[in-house]
Amino acid sequence: MTSHAHSFAHAPVGGPLMTRPMRILLAFVALGAAAMVWRFAAGLGAVSNLSDGYPWGIWIAFDVVVGTALGCGGYAVALLVYVLNRGHYHPLVRPAVLTSLLGYGLAVLAVAIDLGRPWELWKVPVFFWRWSGSPQLEVALCVAAYVLVLLVEFTPAILEKIAVGAPAGRRARAERWLARLDRSLPFVLALGLLLPTMHQSSLGTMMLLAGPRLDPLWFTPWLPFLFLVSALVMGYGIVVLEATFSASAFGRRRETPMLARLSKVAAGVALFWVLFRLGDVALSGKLGLILSGLGALFLLELALHGGAAAILATAARRAQAVWQLRAGLLMILGGTLYRIDTYLVAFRPGEHWRYTPALPELAITLGIVALEVAIYLWAVKRLPILAGAPAGRQEA
Amino acid sequence: MAATDRRAFFRVLAAGGCAAALGPASPAAAREPRQAPPRALGMLYDTTLCIGCKACVVACREANGTRPDDRLDPRWDMPLDLNGRTKNVIKLYQEGGRRSYVKAQCMHCVDPACASACMLHSLSKDPETGVVSYDPRYCVGCRYCQVACPFNVPKFEFEKAVPKIVKCELCRHRVQAGVEPAEVGGFSRYPAGQGPACCEVCPRGAVIYGTREELLAEAKRRIAATPGKYYQDRVYGEHEAGGTQVLYLSHVPFDRIGLPDLAPEGVPKVAYTVQEGIYKGFIAPVALYGVLAAVMLRNRRAGAPPTEEESR
Amino acid sequence: MMPSALDWVARGAPLDRDLDRRDFLRICSLAAAAVGLPASAGRAFAEAVAAGKRPSVIWLSFQECTGCTESLLRTTKPALDELILDLISLDYHEALMAPSGHLAEAARKKAMEANRGSFVLVTEGATPMKDGGIYCKIGGQTAVDLLREAADMAGAIVAIGSCASFGGIPAADPNPTGATGTPMVLEGKTVVTIPGCPANPYNFLGTVLQYATFGTLPELDELGRPKWAYGRTIHEHCPRRAHFDAGRFAEQYGDEGHRLGYCLYKLGCKGPATHANCSVLHFGEMVDAWPIGLGHPCFGCTEQRLAFRVPLHDTVDIERPMPPDTYPPIHAEQGGVSPLATGVIGAVAGAVAGAAWMAAKKVDTPTGS
Repeated sequence: MTSHAHSFAHAPVGGPLMTRPMRILLAFVALGAAAMVWRFAAGLGAVSNLSDGYPWGIWIAFDVVVGTALGCGGYAVALLVYVLNRGHYHPLVRPAVLTSLLGYGLAVLAVAIDLGRPWELWKVPVFFWRWSGSPQLEVALCVAAYVLVLLVEFTPAILEKIAVGAPAGRRARAERWLARLDRSLPFVLALGLLLPTMHQSSLGTMMLLAGPRLDPLWFTPWLPFLFLVSALVMGYGIVVLEATFSASAFGRRRETPMLARLSKVAAGVALFWVLFRLGDVALSGKLGLILSGLGALFLLELALHGGAAAILATAARRAQAVWQLRAGLLMILGGTLYRIDTYLVAFRPGEHWRYTPALPELAITLGIVALEVAIYLWAVKRLPILAGAPAGRQEA
Repeated sequence: MAATDRRAFFRVLAAGGCAAALGPASPAAAREPRQAPPRALGMLYDTTLCIGCKACVVACREANGTRPDDRLDPRWDMPLDLNGRTKNVIKLYQEGGRRSYVKAQCMHCVDPACASACMLHSLSKDPETGVVSYDPRYCVGCRYCQVACPFNVPKFEFEKAVPKIVKCELCRHRVQAGVEPAEVGGFSRYPAGQGPACCEVCPRGAVIYGTREELLAEAKRRIAATPGKYYQDRVYGEHEAGGTQVLYLSHVPFDRIGLPDLAPEGVPKVAYTVQEGIYKGFIAPVALYGVLAAVMLRNRRAGAPPTEEESR
Repeated sequence: MMPSALDWVARGAPLDRDLDRRDFLRICSLAAAAVGLPASAGRAFAEAVAAGKRPSVIWLSFQECTGCTESLLRTTKPALDELILDLISLDYHEALMAPSGHLAEAARKKAMEANRGSFVLVTEGATPMKDGGIYCKIGGQTAVDLLREAADMAGAIVAIGSCASFGGIPAADPNPTGATGTPMVLEGKTVVTIPGCPANPYNFLGTVLQYATFGTLPELDELGRPKWAYGRTIHEHCPRRAHFDAGRFAEQYGDEGHRLGYCLYKLGCKGPATHANCSVLHFGEMVDAWPIGLGHPCFGCTEQRLAFRVPLHDTVDIERPMPPDTYPPIHAEQGGVSPLATGVIGAVAGAVAGAAWMAAKKVDTPTGS
């Protein structure tokens, strides 16, 4: 995070904003916004298939539980760079922080849409004497705090943007702030590592309270730990995907060798997750359940994680961008499946209850994803996010 | 490089992960079973007495001011189940020659999962009466209580723009300030018009109220008087899910009339053992923070790589 | 059997003197009981009559079919003769009085003058208002003039039947004569409405007897209907209610359900929204002498917004729905499923994952440092 007065390490990509992909994204955002207005005017029942049996649907299972895990790129990379002191991963940090900020920020938006009474939300941090021991309270407070931390972590990008090309006075002020921020960074970053550790595990604890209504293949006291490790797996997956995407979309320098090293770590974590999950199920004597009910989904989770680890098992494949990407994809799919299973599919309120999302419900989710991508595109084009100079101009 | 990477990684995983997740393994953190308050109010429902007249359904509507549920058919108040308009419902079990009515409402658990799920105690258990009651002022509408309740009792007003959670609160709003239950015929009762409306209106005493102790004794008296009449000669709710304040006697198997087979420990036990194990005194998070901050400071002082130019 | 007042008239006996006091008390008590007044009201009324205080009644007939008078003629407790000869002084009623023409009109004016401020004005039929009210004239005077003149002098005003109450059939679309009900003509005055087509005679008798005995009017609802008679819906006291609750309905006239006496709701019965006491007080002391008793749906004649406005076979909303005699199962199928949305998710997720897998191939082998 050292900054030399005139040459910052990151630079905006530049280029036109309103490209065709951007227009398509904004159309989805508009559709989602319309559904959101309808939801607040007419209530949750009008736009969603949420019911008393399935009080949580894709907004929670996908937008929040999966969305924040996809936002764990910042967590996973920061862990490597700052704690394990692997400075060579540093160019991955800022884009990862950006995707984290977007993932978490929009998860908060999804929560606000999903909550029946979002106007009471301010009471949660304020009325601390009423706090219960609910794991959800822990998630709520941690996620809110983490969004703030991510904002602080992201501030250098904004300050640099202000500094570049500004009159001398303003530039000096921005650089003074950058220096201050740099000094306090270890404390902020430590918080930025602690908070995801806490709430990603608590996201697992939350479903423990569903108790007898959670399928036994998913119900385990180790749920918080499995969620924490799964967040790391997904975090590495998203970093690989995002780094490769920005490289090819914006014609940046490829990080393939660095990603190769990262992939080795990621493969280890994914393999660890598979072994731990399988071992936990086996030790608690639930292996027989694999053949019945939702066993197929359980096996698919293992296969996706295991597949990613298998792809990255050889140094030859680890060195190739195509296999890095495919492994990253499998990690994300595997983690997504595990989380959606835990929150939606393995949650069994009774055979007489049915849920699949309604179209407006889906429109809101798609709108949020589209908004996330749109803001990302805007940010990398206008803010110093990506490292190094462009290798050549390309449009995205 | 690779080897150190991996070793270092698992070191952190072990440190952070253990702090975060070894809670459940530590027996010291196991959660104490909850006891019902001595004057816990409850209800006793007996399927062999119920005639399915639904007087309790109507009385509940009047006492709680809930709108009739005519969504299925505009001619009738016809709730399919407990729902955003219905705190009490009579259902019918029919299979072969066997049939039974069953009344559904909040079970008022001794260790309520819904209240454990609730962030600001919007759902809370009264320390005196044990009634699980709802205060919308602190409800954000997250519906975690619905996920947590093993009986699927708390309901949400999905059709409203300003929704609330809807559940039986044992007609606590009918009790006038300062009125205490007095013993009438062996049961603790409020003056007429202040007790649970469903119990007061029931023409056959199929559902009665009193303290949990009185009702448990009465249920056991009925079982002792007519052995074999009731399913397994057992009271549902004595032990299920850590005990409930609403008790059931049934002549058909409990799981047939929607009363799930639950372990004798409170539903929140596992979740809270884990949660409290991790966050006991907030020591683990603070310690983890300290370790992380210290490691990073050391890394920085050592002048180790993390500069972008060098990493290139 | 007790000799009726008309027997004495036929025998030429002087009525007031020869009517046995006990018989008279009995008539008064019967009248009181029939309309739900206490027995003491009967005695009080008998004493009032004995003191020579029979209330004068002026009965004006406008756009009507005389059905309300006809149904009044068919009651026996008290019989109409007892009513008009013994209990009240019916000083003007076109269908029942002997005089006609100018003599009758003169008698009306005289009676109104003599009992100014105390007589009971009864209107039967709607009042046409269009074109200065020329569509109904009696003795050269328009109905609306007659009505206003009499109302200014009356002690109490009672509109009998749906036409007098709300306009009824004459006021039905397209209402060529601008017909309307008595309360609408006499805006600002208290008008007791006894709607019904025809009106149930006891609801009328009870009101008139209460006024004659105590000088008071019964408590009225927002449409001017006495609450004691119109406070509940037909549905709440319907003899076929059990069939409604059990979901047993006649689907068309003459079908099995109709023959078995099932609920007539689906044939358009307005009972659930109609406030009246027909279901418990049948007409003319005949068992089942009311529409539903005869197998026809209630058509809502006592409701301003229903009769002659809502088609006969349209169904109405239920006021205060109650549970049916059916029960939900232990586990009712619930929750929404949207196959389309599910398909979209599957397609999108599959496409994205597949495309990403294939697109990965396009990413070249490492460049960079």
